[in-house]
Amino acid sequence: MEELLKTCLCADHQALGAQMNEFAGYLMPIQYSDITVEHNAVRKAVGMFDVSHMGEIFVSGPDAESFVSHIFTNDIIGIAPGKVLYGMMLHPCGGVVDDLLVYKSVNPASYDYLLVVNASNIAKDYAWLLECAQGYDVKVVNASDEYGQIAVQGPLAEKTVVEVLAMEAAPALEFYTYCETLYQGNRVILSRTGYTGEDGFEIYADTETIVSMWRTLIEAGVTPCGLGCRDTLRFEAGLPLYGHELSDEITPLEAGLGMFVKLNKPEFVGKDAIAKQKEEGVTRKLVGIELLDRAIPRGGYSVETADGTVIGTVTTGYRSISLDRSVCVAMVPKEYSALETELFVRIRKKVFPGKVCKKRFYQTNYKK
Amino acid sequence: MAKVIEGLLYSESHEWVKVEGEYAFIGISDFAQHSMGALSYVDMPDVDDELEQGEEFGAVESVKAASDLYSPVSGTVVEVNEALEDAPELLNEDAYSNWIIKVKMSDPSQTEGLMDAASYEQMCEE
Repeated sequence: MEELLKTCLCADHQALGAQMNEFAGYLMPIQYSDITVEHNAVRKAVGMFDVSHMGEIFVSGPDAESFVSHIFTNDIIGIAPGKVLYGMMLHPCGGVVDDLLVYKSVNPASYDYLLVVNASNIAKDYAWLLECAQGYDVKVVNASDEYGQIAVQGPLAEKTVVEVLAMEAAPALEFYTYCETLYQGNRVILSRTGYTGEDGFEIYADTETIVSMWRTLIEAGVTPCGLGCRDTLRFEAGLPLYGHELSDEITPLEAGLGMFVKLNKPEFVGKDAIAKQKEEGVTRKLVGIELLDRAIPRGGYSVETADGTVIGTVTTGYRSISLDRSVCVAMVPKEYSALETELFVRIRKKVFPGKVCKKRFYQTNYKK
Repeated sequence: MAKVIEGLLYSESHEWVKVEGEYAFIGISDFAQHSMGALSYVDMPDVDDELEQGEEFGAVESVKAASDLYSPVSGTVVEVNEALEDAPELLNEDAYSNWIIKVKMSDPSQTEGLMDAASYEQMCEE
């Protein structure tokens, strides 16, 4: 087996007694105490995640704007410095290379855009960006190894970032904006974004600064949260995870993410395929399914009709911690995607009846 | 430290068996519930299901994972513990007073191949 990569906080996780496991090639904390406890800390108070495995790719140069617009589905032309946009990079066929955040620089002397990508896709994304950069006067730098990242999430996130980390800039940040500020004299990127359905911040800095910040937050009593509850939180909030709800073969329209694909842009890679799919209509869609029973529908289980025909697959599913309901997201043919459609999930030897529902199960609490 | 109770028999897959005549009550050990964490669902067979020794008869599930249950004996399911349907956490609270299924054994001699408390405790420590 290949040696697992470690984030700058790996030793700290092990010292805290975290249960560690492989994720995207990294040795990552799955839980420190208990997934439910950590999940509820984020929903009701504040929790923090080491997400240093995420990729940071900086783009600069005279053609930076047109280049990022070329590879990104959302509309970045003319957005204000400090704005963050969610969207996707697509293959020409419309499948998703990755979903990512694009940061419009507040510090153009250093870079024009920051692209934050999934850990599992860093190498693929970087190669893709270099390939697409042919003919553009841009510099694309993969700085993933130099940067660590901590996500501080939950209703008390703002108070924590201000009081514990002394980041006075936090309250003024709107959702999906960022700034650069200092932590103990070191430059950090402070972003009001997250992957939990709650208000919160994602903070990027060099690895030494991240380690120092993490220890300060631990001393202040902030609950460390593992990737286990990161998945239950993002799932309840209807947020996709690449490799489950998105992939090279799944298009944004099939995933229900059409609002992040701006077909009024003059061009971007994959636009023609998506425009065509939109016109013709998708043949399959991601839907939510709620089971009537307590049985737990998990990723990979098959979705069936009443007569036992397999029509789809669960992408992610849980006994939802916040709602205490057995719910999942599944890819099914469009004709089965209407709300209230009766579908069945096969769990081991039995099938359990359920109904199609919205796939955002939890009412998110973002800062307006 | 996980609890082990004298007088019960144990399987390598962490089920316990309490023998009463030709009937076997089957549950999961304290070690098993502890390693699973908070349980949110217990999948149980139907009454009258026939089980072979070593056959999967259901599962216990926590937030993160499902763990299959294997029958330590062959026989017919005569009762399932319906209280677990709405309160799977009973297994976390006390794994030994909450059996999962009651089986009418077809070959009671199979229990001779199961571990006693001391052997099971030793296995858990290893």
